Amino acid sequence: MSSNKKYWKSVEELNPSHSSAVETLKQKEFTQEIPVDEFLGDKETLESSSTTRRDFLKYVGFSTAAASLAACEGPVIKSIPYVVQPEQIIPGVANYYATAIANGYDFASVLIKTREGRPIKVESNSLAKSNGGINARVQASVLDLYDNQRVVGPQKDGQAISWGELTAEVAQKLESLKGTDKSIVLLTQTFASPSTSKLIADFKQKYTNVSHVVYDAISESAAADAYQNKYGSRGLANYDFSKAHTIVSIGADFLGDWQGGGFDAAYAQGRIPKNGKMSRHIQFEANMSLSGANADKRVAIKPSQQKVALAKLYGKLVGTAVGGNLPAHLETAVNNAASELLKAGSNAVVLSGIQDVDAQNIVLAINEKLNSKAFDPSNPIQTRQGNDKAVAQLVSDMNAGTVGAVIMAGVNPAYTLPNAAAFVKGLKQTELSVAFSMKNDETASVSQYVAATSHYLESWGDLETKKGHYGLMQPTIRPLFDTKQFQDVLLELVGTSGSYHDFVKSFWKSNVLKGSPWNDSLHDGVYVSSTSATVETADAFDGSAISSIGAAVNALAATATSGMELTLYPKTGMGDGQQANNPWLQEFPDPLTRTTWDNYLTVSEFDAKELGFFLETSTFFSENSHDANGGLNGKYANVSVNGVTVKVPVIIQPGQARGTVGMSFGYGRTQGLKTEMQTGVNAYPLYNDFNTVQTATVELTEGKHEFACVQLHNTLMGRGDIIKETTLEIFNTESAADWNPMTMVSLNHEETPVDSPDVDLWDEFDRSIGHHFNLSIDLNSCTGCGACVIACHAENNVPVVGKEEIRRSRDMHWLRIDRYYSSDETFEGDNTTKDDIQGLGSSLSTFGEMEFPSENPQVAFQPIMCQHCNHAPCETVCPVAASSHGRQGQNHMAYNRCVGTRYCANNCPYKVRRFNWFLYNENDEFDYHMNNDLGRMVINPDVTVRSRGVMEKCSMCIQMTQKTILDAKRDGREVNPDEFKTACSSACDSGAIAFGDINNKKSAITELKDDERAYHLLDHVGTKPNVVYQVKVRNTNEA
Amino acid sequence: MASHYEAPIRRPLVTGEKSYHDVTLDVVAPVEGKANKLWWIVFSIALAAFSWGIGCMIYTVSTGIGTWGLNKTVGWAWDITNFVWWVGIGHAGTLISAVLLLFRQKWRMAINRSAEAMTIFSVIQAGLFPIIHMGRPWLAYWVLPIPNQFGSLWVNFNSPLLWDVFAISTYLSVSLVFWWTGLLPDFAMIRDRAVRPFQKKIYSLLSFGWSGRAKDWQRFEEVSLVLAGLATPLVLSVHTIVSFDFATSVIPGWHTTIFPPYFVAGAIFSGFAMVNTLLIIMRKVCNLEDYITVQHIELMNIVIMITGSIVGVAYITELFIAWYSGVEYEQYAFLNRATGPYAWAYWAMMSCNVFSPQFMWFKRLRTSIMFSFFISIVVNIGMWFERFVIIVTSLHRDYLPSSWTMFSPTFVDIGIFIGTIGFFFVLFLLYARTFPVIAQAEVKTILKSSGQRYKNIREAGGSLMGTGSDERTTPKSKPAKTPKTKKE
Repeated sequence: MSSNKKYWKSVEELNPSHSSAVETLKQKEFTQEIPVDEFLGDKETLESSSTTRRDFLKYVGFSTAAASLAACEGPVIKSIPYVVQPEQIIPGVANYYATAIANGYDFASVLIKTREGRPIKVESNSLAKSNGGINARVQASVLDLYDNQRVVGPQKDGQAISWGELTAEVAQKLESLKGTDKSIVLLTQTFASPSTSKLIADFKQKYTNVSHVVYDAISESAAADAYQNKYGSRGLANYDFSKAHTIVSIGADFLGDWQGGGFDAAYAQGRIPKNGKMSRHIQFEANMSLSGANADKRVAIKPSQQKVALAKLYGKLVGTAVGGNLPAHLETAVNNAASELLKAGSNAVVLSGIQDVDAQNIVLAINEKLNSKAFDPSNPIQTRQGNDKAVAQLVSDMNAGTVGAVIMAGVNPAYTLPNAAAFVKGLKQTELSVAFSMKNDETASVSQYVAATSHYLESWGDLETKKGHYGLMQPTIRPLFDTKQFQDVLLELVGTSGSYHDFVKSFWKSNVLKGSPWNDSLHDGVYVSSTSATVETADAFDGSAISSIGAAVNALAATATSGMELTLYPKTGMGDGQQANNPWLQEFPDPLTRTTWDNYLTVSEFDAKELGFFLETSTFFSENSHDANGGLNGKYANVSVNGVTVKVPVIIQPGQARGTVGMSFGYGRTQGLKTEMQTGVNAYPLYNDFNTVQTATVELTEGKHEFACVQLHNTLMGRGDIIKETTLEIFNTESAADWNPMTMVSLNHEETPVDSPDVDLWDEFDRSIGHHFNLSIDLNSCTGCGACVIACHAENNVPVVGKEEIRRSRDMHWLRIDRYYSSDETFEGDNTTKDDIQGLGSSLSTFGEMEFPSENPQVAFQPIMCQHCNHAPCETVCPVAASSHGRQGQNHMAYNRCVGTRYCANNCPYKVRRFNWFLYNENDEFDYHMNNDLGRMVINPDVTVRSRGVMEKCSMCIQMTQKTILDAKRDGREVNPDEFKTACSSACDSGAIAFGDINNKKSAITELKDDERAYHLLDHVGTKPNVVYQVKVRNTNEA
Repeated sequence: MASHYEAPIRRPLVTGEKSYHDVTLDVVAPVEGKANKLWWIVFSIALAAFSWGIGCMIYTVSTGIGTWGLNKTVGWAWDITNFVWWVGIGHAGTLISAVLLLFRQKWRMAINRSAEAMTIFSVIQAGLFPIIHMGRPWLAYWVLPIPNQFGSLWVNFNSPLLWDVFAISTYLSVSLVFWWTGLLPDFAMIRDRAVRPFQKKIYSLLSFGWSGRAKDWQRFEEVSLVLAGLATPLVLSVHTIVSFDFATSVIPGWHTTIFPPYFVAGAIFSGFAMVNTLLIIMRKVCNLEDYITVQHIELMNIVIMITGSIVGVAYITELFIAWYSGVEYEQYAFLNRATGPYAWAYWAMMSCNVFSPQFMWFKRLRTSIMFSFFISIVVNIGMWFERFVIIVTSLHRDYLPSSWTMFSPTFVDIGIFIGTIGFFFVLFLLYARTFPVIAQAEVKTILKSSGQRYKNIREAGGSLMGTGSDERTTPKSKPAKTPKTKKE
């Protein structure tokens, strides 16, 4: 209902007889006359006006400046708030999901930390009874999710297609192959997944003439064959090293990736001296490996001699004479090992990494004979099921044209096969080739179809790593791209309705759980049952070729040494090479060579001199082994095996057995990764017959290689107070004052303990109130694996700086693991040598000699991060007080306050401070994950991304300790003992790194701090660190 | 026939029988004259070097300290080496003008102006480095205790770098005031002679209204004395504090109580060498041989020899103490200096700083201008290496062998250093063309022109009649020819 009201302003207006005044006013916009003349005016008024020319210029100036300032646009950051907030996601609060990684090389039950729906960190799942320990690669795997080189959707011949088209075309092709004499081959990684094996069995049923070939890039086929021959099912014997008192390993890097890895946590348990006992570890090996570095006794021995040694060891243990020739010192070593094994009896265990069925057979026999407690054949490891023969057969079948379709998942044979060219040629002859891949890698780029597959953090799945030990995989984020996992596509091809999620769930309910709740297992991520649910899908095993033990021993004993022996090995940081586009792993320093962004040929110094690889030390006049800036150089070698030659840089590896060389897999990738990541040389072409040991010819070739090594000095220079160590015998028999003496300083010419308040320059404040954090590092249980290094990277947004910068000694690692070689045969010998120096002449020559490691040195690892000194040298020197001490013991670094004088770094005796030499994020010069939006999704929002020109360093994960405190406060309780964690302490499976509040007497750290093995690094400087090291004890007791 | 015997105690400090007016003319010549080709060539080279340095600095500030050769272990190298080197050079000026004033060493008068100019210009170079070596130099003002609204943030008075800020800024300001005070009567002289209005205006401003009254002179003398008293402790304190940057640290090779005297001696050593370098050229180019005589050079050479020997003793003491301490880290640090990868730098330092000044024991060598010039360059090189050795060889191999590495400079490191040398010479060359390079007012006080002249006339047997008149106003009555009795 509209209103007819009329509004009026005056009586005149109301009056219908409009007065002229009203009409005039209506016509005028302004009731009063505007004094236009006054401001436009005539000359006279203008001159008298108050706006002068200067004022005018000021106004023009101001408005121009204001307009141009307003025109400058600030960076637009799109943040979209939740319209409907998801129930589980609270901004600022992390959610954790239990899942599992099973990429064909690494298998582990993990816990994923997600923030606002983004997975940002991998942590170990403490509920897992097996495979709960995670290594550096698994730690880094979260970054693979945010790889901008991922395939974003299915492709056909390089053109994007839809999933509907892909499955339809593939199904049609498979259908057409049905009933022909051409086979359909599923070439997959080891899934170790019961539900997948069921699915593959279904697939086999639907499409006849299907064969499933399981392929491990780095094969453990020999051990699996031996196991299958002896125990009937395919798998690998399990070992529990916490039960082993005497460990003899012949060529098995069981602290590395031997038989799937994951043995280090149990091993470390036995390494901590308890009640006067610790395990004794003897390692026979050619390459210097992590296991050899941790061994009490390491024997450098050629791979061919390892076979003889194993045969002889067997002979000694069973009491039969075995022929074969070994040099005297090796013979003695084998005899000693045998007698130690016999003495230890069932507490002993023997391992071998020799890729030979006979050798593996003998190892199983020895352990059975010893009745070893650590040896567990009843729960075999399922994570290496690859069958070399089947793979070799497949390649020849493909080339013979009998293969119609190849569907590949989780494998990259065009890169990893020694005969990759033959494989690619064969693949071209098939009618259908589908590669399930996350990258356009070597194999995907030669396949007809690329099925863009999901990362494990986007996938469902399950795994049975050991018989009866199950894990569940659940997505922690919706697929970032148009990707599908292999199993989902397989389900469609089989024609089963529903998703793989439903399939896993129903499979578990009927086959695994047997009544226990699914949600509990999903929550825990792990489930242990007494039975196995895996269906054998691989082709039948023919064990007829495997010889008996007696014959095996004779065969091994008769092994002849021939030429230069090459041992191929997986590098701790790179594994089989599938994570080559991961900048964290590329920049991860190898625990032994401390080299990043490279692989190389490890050669002993003796052979290097013989073959001309040796570079003399650089002087002012010549640059040889080191460039002027310190960077390490190497010569190039041509390594030829069976007519295949690769050119590879040479690094001199102390401990490398004479007559042997080593080279690692995983490098030399060419497809599906950034140019920066295309590092190193591919070793797979040398991996003939899937045997890691090859006879090679090695010769010098031209060129000089520039390595990027984070540690350029290899020896400890007799500085025994940096890594304090003793022997088990001394440890057991003498008082701590002898083997871990308190450091004394002089006060008025009297020896005074360095921790005495009398020698303190500063007034102490009361540190007993509130929390006071300490970190303990046990040098006995640290194996040097480096999981903590990557965990620290992920937690603290540590930038990746690239090879060039690493070469300039500008690595940014907050936590590093120093590795030292002894210059004498032992570190103790180094200390003695240094103490025995008499006079100037002797010190000049001796210190020079001590710079070079021994031929078969002792090795020591020492993780070093900021020591959080209570009297920190960095704090006093900062002119702006950016480095300050906290009440909880941390040495803080206020990035915003830092002006970047670097004085703190100079004055740090531990050299743990890292400077941002350049802008490492959003800078095209450093095109790693922090330079793209996808890669930056991995950034931990709780930790500042540092800008150029500021110093940074370990914060003792203050964001984590504060979170713990706030959680307790919110819950209205005290912080539980041992609730405090840092990224490194929670990443350390072996328990070498322990963290806690020393003001809480119930926490484990208080004991560790006062342990008789505890010492502070460089305590004579008076820094009073809050990081405490535990003296390394070596078990030198020869039985 | 002398009426009495006059002992030739001291050689005259100004030779060439200069009258007061001659002094004025000699000093004012470069200011009033036109620059010659050589000046322009040298100035262009210096300006080019300076521009190159500016370019390198801009590159550093815009890209990052990573453009230098530094790394995780060696956090300072050329930057702080250059800083300490320039501060050291800046020591001679104040020592010459203040300490020698207090000790009434009149020979300083011919050289103090340029030595002080050198001080100020080199302290400006030195002051650049603490700023540009910062990762975030745009925040350099945070090292000043300025009341702020950042919260309770304040500078850290424990930090020797902060002490540096105070020491250098105090030194620069006191030196500048001292220098300018001395310049006032000389500027006034130029002002009074100036004919062009612009020049007159400028020098009027610079001379702060100096009128030449007795009161002016009295105040001038008083202020000079007071400032000399203030500046003298600064000579000792500045380099003492610079040495604290190292001495208060915990790094073997830095943590040394001998550093303060050792640094001060080294600073005087290098400062005098630089004065020699500059003045040997300047006396030639500006025709000042009569003012800056071989005697001056010899005296400075003696200072160089003495301070060089002090420095040498300090080096040897360091080695001795390292051995005597029984501290293995300390021992290794010094062993590594002398025999490690940077031994070449150590021995360059030893030969330049310890051996080369010893030649000055020989009078023939210390009175040779060419040789003095050569040694002055050698000493400056040696003193640069001294700082390099202290900084880099101590850092590159400290406590934990795992962090040991090497340092090598990039073109940016070198460019910035060359740039500061260019900047220094740009300033010095401009100074030489516009400032009275000799403290003429002071020099005039040590002239014995009239007395000497009459004595010469008398000795020549001439009549003193009419010789009192000014030659300029009585052109005809030329006095008896004065025989040249130049002693040198």
